[in-house]
Amino acid sequence: MNEYKELTRQGLWKNNPALVQLLGLCPLLAVTATVTNALGLGFATLLVLMGSNLTVSLVRQWVPKEIRIPVFVMVIATFVTLVQLSMNAYVYGLYQALGIFIPLIVTNCVIIGRAEAYASKNPWQKALFDGFIMGVGFTLVLVLLGGIREIIGNGTLFDGAELLLGDWATALRVEVVQFDFPLLLAILPPGAFIAMGFIIALKNAIDQYRAERVAKPVKAVTRARVTSQ
Amino acid sequence: MSFKIAASPHAHQRRTTQQVMRWVYVALIPGLLVQSYFFGFGVWLQITLALFTAWLAEAACMALRGRSVSHAWQDHTAIVTAVLLAISIPSLAPWWIIVIGTAFSIIVVKHVYGGVGQNLFNPAMAGYVLLLISFPVQMTSWPVPQQLALYSITLQDTAQLIFTGFTGAGYSLEQLRMGIDGVTMATPLDSLRTDLSQALTVSEATSKAIFASALGGVGWAWLNMAFLLGGLVLVKVRVISWHIPGGMLLGLLLPALLMSWFYPDQSVGPLLHALSGATMLGAFFIATDPVTAATSNRGRLYFGLLIGLLVFIIRTWGGYPDAVAFAVLLANMVVPVIDKYTQPIAYGHGGKL
Repeated sequence: MNEYKELTRQGLWKNNPALVQLLGLCPLLAVTATVTNALGLGFATLLVLMGSNLTVSLVRQWVPKEIRIPVFVMVIATFVTLVQLSMNAYVYGLYQALGIFIPLIVTNCVIIGRAEAYASKNPWQKALFDGFIMGVGFTLVLVLLGGIREIIGNGTLFDGAELLLGDWATALRVEVVQFDFPLLLAILPPGAFIAMGFIIALKNAIDQYRAERVAKPVKAVTRARVTSQ
Repeated sequence: MSFKIAASPHAHQRRTTQQVMRWVYVALIPGLLVQSYFFGFGVWLQITLALFTAWLAEAACMALRGRSVSHAWQDHTAIVTAVLLAISIPSLAPWWIIVIGTAFSIIVVKHVYGGVGQNLFNPAMAGYVLLLISFPVQMTSWPVPQQLALYSITLQDTAQLIFTGFTGAGYSLEQLRMGIDGVTMATPLDSLRTDLSQALTVSEATSKAIFASALGGVGWAWLNMAFLLGGLVLVKVRVISWHIPGGMLLGLLLPALLMSWFYPDQSVGPLLHALSGATMLGAFFIATDPVTAATSNRGRLYFGLLIGLLVFIIRTWGGYPDAVAFAVLLANMVVPVIDKYTQPIAYGHGGKL
């Protein structure tokens, strides 16, 4: 059980795919203009990550070392196609909003990175859990970034949530601030880079603050000089 | 007897950052006077707001970084950033425009990169681009030159307009931007752009009232000449070298001259390019920022040429009427490359014999 705890810590904070490994930045920055989009892409990535980790872990005994990367990519591509077709069928509005970034999940480095670094070396239970927790870590950052950008750039939260969750979700829409002239930059790609930079800086600041609190002040030892110069 | 050899630099220019910056805003005075003559007192109010915001932002950043607050303020770089940004934006823009822009310039563009001397991008222009992209309507609503305006604006009206959006008599900025013919008036470059895209010839486009008296549009030509005067003073007292403004004007005017030779009906002459928009302010005050420009004289010349060329390209084919801010930011990105290839060779260290 201890390993699962460690995996959780790694995926959510210490080795967070978006904040620390800085993987999958392309979808991270491109689709996080609203919380809904961020959540949609986060779920899609989470599903693909779990599926691919599970499969890669199950077949790891029979995949020759030399051709493992193409095999992983095919496995990932299969799951992405599954997710893409399901989204096309069930959440068509969101499918259109996310556009090219759904098929592009294939190229998301988080997925191939976890397959190569973890799933291909560990039993399926752990691999599945690793995929889950890494996906959750990625989704959380996506949602946080989406929330910040949506509030600054649009003044709302969960705008268009009905695309993802069905008609009842129109009630989720929160008008946080009423802007006459919203800060468009936050919605545009540069806003994503700037906001992401601030989030990473905040994470590092928290880490530093914790490290300083944990570290006990070392008592300086004064040594008597025994040799003369 | 011993010869003490001091480390380089051997030639000193006894001028602190503070003194350099002080020269910059002394040289801005003629431009400011002309601007307030043609476009009203708004610019002074914008400068006040910008200075106040810059002071707050600078103090907050320095306190967060654990540095001396008063020391940072004394080098006057934040003042120059604030003043340049306040001059660049339309002088009757709402108060929050300049506040957001200045805060972004100081906090994100300057202090996130490490403060004075560390920033990659020109703070004033990065703030300007943030505003232009985020609030296109407010950032393109230049007031009409007073001489052509339907309504004249008093100091009180200006203040009310900036803080509430309406004058005492209830006019909005949109109404105040009407010319004597009752049509909302665009800046010379803006109006030219629209007309040329509608297949009018240059002579037709420049027959409007805004081009009536002077070479580069009413007010704008005088404004540019005033900034040119201030800039020449800066060159004369050696606060800036001639390379960047010279390069920029050459890079802008040479293609403009060629184009107006070959396509006289579809392109604007060099004179209009030189004396409209932000050309002179950009060439002498903005592009010459010592932190973000190239370092060697040859590099500065290339840097200026690049800015001028980019301004010409964006003005002629781009989506925006003026381009100094974009051109300066793009050239800022190229500065490390320029510096690498124009590094002067020290005497005795290789090079051609």
